[in-house]
Amino acid sequence: MAVEIPVDKWTGKIRELKFGGGGRKEVIIGGASTLPYLKFEGEPCNPTRVAITIHDCEPPYPPGLLSAWGDVVKDPSEWAKKAVEIGADIICLRLTSAHPETANTGAVEAKATVDKVLSAVDVPLIVLGPGVAEKDNEVLMAVSETAKGQRIALGNCEEKNYKTIAAVAISDGHIAIAKTPLDINLAKQLNVLVSDVGVPMDSIIMDPDTGALGYGIEYGYSINERLRLAALMGDSMCQIPIINHAGPETWRQKEARAAEGVPAEWGSLDERAVIWEELTAIACINSGADLLVMNHPKAVEMIKATIGKLSA
Amino acid sequence: MALTGIQIYKFLPKTNCKACGFPTCLAFAMKLAQGQAELSKCPDVSDEAKQALEAASRPPMKLVTIGAGEKKMEVGGETVMFRHDKTFFHPSALVVRVKDTQSDDEIAQTVEAVTKYTVERVGITFGMDGIAIQNDFGDAGKFAACAEAVKGKTDLPLILMSDDAAAMGAALEKIADAKPAICGANKDNIDAMIELAKANGVALGIKGDNLDELAELSEKAAGAGVEDIILDPATRGHGDSLNALTQMRRLAIKKQFQPMGFPTITFPGEGASSLDEEAVMAAQYVAKYGSIVVLDTFDPAMVYPLITLRLNLYTDPQKPIQMAAGIYPIGNATADSPFCVTTNFSLTYFTIAGELESTGIPAWLMVCDTEGLSVLTAWSAGKFDAEKIAKTAKEQDAASKVGHKKVILPGKVAILRGELEDEMSDWQIMVGPMEAMDVGGWFKKNWN
Repeated sequence: MAVEIPVDKWTGKIRELKFGGGGRKEVIIGGASTLPYLKFEGEPCNPTRVAITIHDCEPPYPPGLLSAWGDVVKDPSEWAKKAVEIGADIICLRLTSAHPETANTGAVEAKATVDKVLSAVDVPLIVLGPGVAEKDNEVLMAVSETAKGQRIALGNCEEKNYKTIAAVAISDGHIAIAKTPLDINLAKQLNVLVSDVGVPMDSIIMDPDTGALGYGIEYGYSINERLRLAALMGDSMCQIPIINHAGPETWRQKEARAAEGVPAEWGSLDERAVIWEELTAIACINSGADLLVMNHPKAVEMIKATIGKLSA
Repeated sequence: MALTGIQIYKFLPKTNCKACGFPTCLAFAMKLAQGQAELSKCPDVSDEAKQALEAASRPPMKLVTIGAGEKKMEVGGETVMFRHDKTFFHPSALVVRVKDTQSDDEIAQTVEAVTKYTVERVGITFGMDGIAIQNDFGDAGKFAACAEAVKGKTDLPLILMSDDAAAMGAALEKIADAKPAICGANKDNIDAMIELAKANGVALGIKGDNLDELAELSEKAAGAGVEDIILDPATRGHGDSLNALTQMRRLAIKKQFQPMGFPTITFPGEGASSLDEEAVMAAQYVAKYGSIVVLDTFDPAMVYPLITLRLNLYTDPQKPIQMAAGIYPIGNATADSPFCVTTNFSLTYFTIAGELESTGIPAWLMVCDTEGLSVLTAWSAGKFDAEKIAKTAKEQDAASKVGHKKVILPGKVAILRGELEDEMSDWQIMVGPMEAMDVGGWFKKNWN
C-alpha cells in the first residue's frame, strides 16, 4: 500500500543569523523552513548550536557541576578553552561579578574579561550582563566596544531596558538578544521594539524564556512551537532564531542540586542532574530552539551527539 | 471527524417515517450529530450510509487498553498534533522490558522494583505503567514460563514480545487472562498473530519496515477483526523516529487515515549505549508521538526525569497544575526561617520555590488556593486577598511552624499590607521583592 505522506507547505522561514567574522570563526544559526528536523518536509537547515556557559568569577554551582569543570572556573579564559575542547560552538559568558550584590565590578573589569576570552578562543561569544538594568548597560557598552567587528551577541534586551544595548549593538555590528518572560505576545512585541530602534532583523535573537524540566518547561515548549509555527506561516516578527537557556535553568533547581533530603525514588544525584539538563535540552530542541545554552560537559556531549543524529 | 446534522441528513432516507422516534429525518440527523441518538434506530438506512457515518464518528486515533486488572494501561486516543491545540490526553506509558535470557533472580528483582516504584510530584503519585517480556532465548516453553513468572510477581499490565507465533501462543496459554498486548506481528507472521490476538482478545502490536508495509499490515489486521492495534514503524534513531512518528500522527489526525489511527510503541534502549542516551531518546518519544515507551533500563535517575517531562507535556494547557494549599519547607526550614506567601499556580510556586532554593537560606513558602491563578491575576480576580492569606495561615497553622510572626508578601501585592495587618494583627507584615529572582538580595537586606 502506498501511503501518501501529508506534507505541510510553509511560506515562511526562520532567518539565518551569523555570529563571528572579523577573524573569528563564523557560526550560523537558524534558517529552518520546517518544524524541527522534519526532513520529509523540506531542506535541512543549520543544526541547533550549543553554547556553553562560563562566568567571570567562580559561580555558585552545585558540587557536581563545579567538579566537572575543575579549576578552570577560576579563570574565564581557561574555562573558555576547556569549553571549546568539549564542543562549544559558542561561549556564553556571564558577567556575574558585575552584579551589585556580588563583587559589583564595572566596565573596566568587564572589558578586561572579554578581551581575555576573545584572545583565548576563536569561537564566537555571547556576553550577558548581570541582569540589573544599569549595570547591564554599563558593562555591555564597554564589552561592545572592545569586541567591535567580531559580531558577538549582547544580552539581555528586556522590555524595560533595551535601548542602550540595542544602540551599542547597532553601532558595533553585534547581535542583540531580546528576552521576554514566557509570553508569546511579549516576545513578538519586543522583537518589534528592538527592530524599530534600528537593530537589523538579521541581528536579533530571541529568548522567549523557558523553565527547566519540572519548572514550567511546558510553557517554554509550547511558546517555542507556537513561535515556530507562526514564523513558518509567514509572521516576519516571529522569524527570529530562538535561544533557550536549558543548562542555567536546570542547575538552579533542587533536582539538579540536592543529594540529601530528597526521596530515594529520585535516583542518584549525579546521574539525575545531568539527565535533568539533557531532558530540558531535548525538549527545547524538539520544540524549536536554534541555539541552546548548556552547562555540564557530559550533557553537552550527549546533546551534541543527539543533534548529530537528528540531522543525519 | 464529526459530521454536522446537515451532512448526516444527506445519508438518511428522507422519508420522515418517524420509526426512529423523531418527527423528521432532519430532526433525527440533528440528534445524531449531538450524539443523542443511534443510527440503528433508522430502519431504512443503507449499508453505504452506515459505513460512511460510522467512519466519520470514529475517533482519529483509537484508545487501546492493555491489561485486565486495576492498573490498566490506556494509550492512544489523541486528537491533536500540538499540545497547545487542545491537550494531549493519554500520557505515554513508561514500560520496562525484561528478557527471558536473563536469570530468574535478575528478572524477579527488576519486576519487583518496577512494580513497587512510586514517586510523588505536585501532590500526585506516579508509578511505572507496565512490563514487557522479550523472547530472546528462542524457546517457547522458556518464554511462556518467564511470562508466567513475571505475571505472578506484578499487577502491572504486560506486553509479550516475540516474532515467533508458537512461542507467543505458548505464553498466551499461561497469561491470556491478564490481557497482555502481543508484539508482535510482522509481514512474515501476520496471519498467525492475527489469529492469536483474536482468539485471546488482546491488543496486537504490528511492526512494518516502512509506513507502506505498516499500513498494509494494520489494514489487514483490522479487516480480520482485530480491534486493538499498536504500531511500530521499526525506526530506532532520533531522526528517522521523529520523521516516521510525525508522519503517522499526521496521517491519523489530519487525514483520518485509519490504518495509522492507533497508538505507537517505541524502544529508546535499542541502540543506546548509556543511560543518558536511552533517557534522551525516551524523552523525545514522550514529546514526539510515542504512546508506549519501552525502556531497557530501570533506574530512578532516568525514570523520575521522564515522569516529570511526561507530566509537564501532558498537562492540559487550559488547566494548569495547581499546588495544594499548604506551608512548604524550602531546605531545612526552622521556626526562625523567613515565611513567604504565594499563590497555588504551579508555575508561580515553582518559580519562587526555585529562587528560594537557590538562595541557600531555608524558608517557608505558604501556598494559598487561588484556583490556579498567578499573583497579580489572582489579586485582580479577588482570589488572593488579605482574608484568603489570613485564613490559609490559620488553617495551615502557620503559628506552630514560624516563631517570629513575620509574613513576607509578594511585592506585587504590596497593596494588601494594610488589610493584612488588620486580619493578622499579631503578625508583622513585610513586603518582599517584585520579582522572584530578587529574593536573595531582598533577604540580604531585610532578613537577619
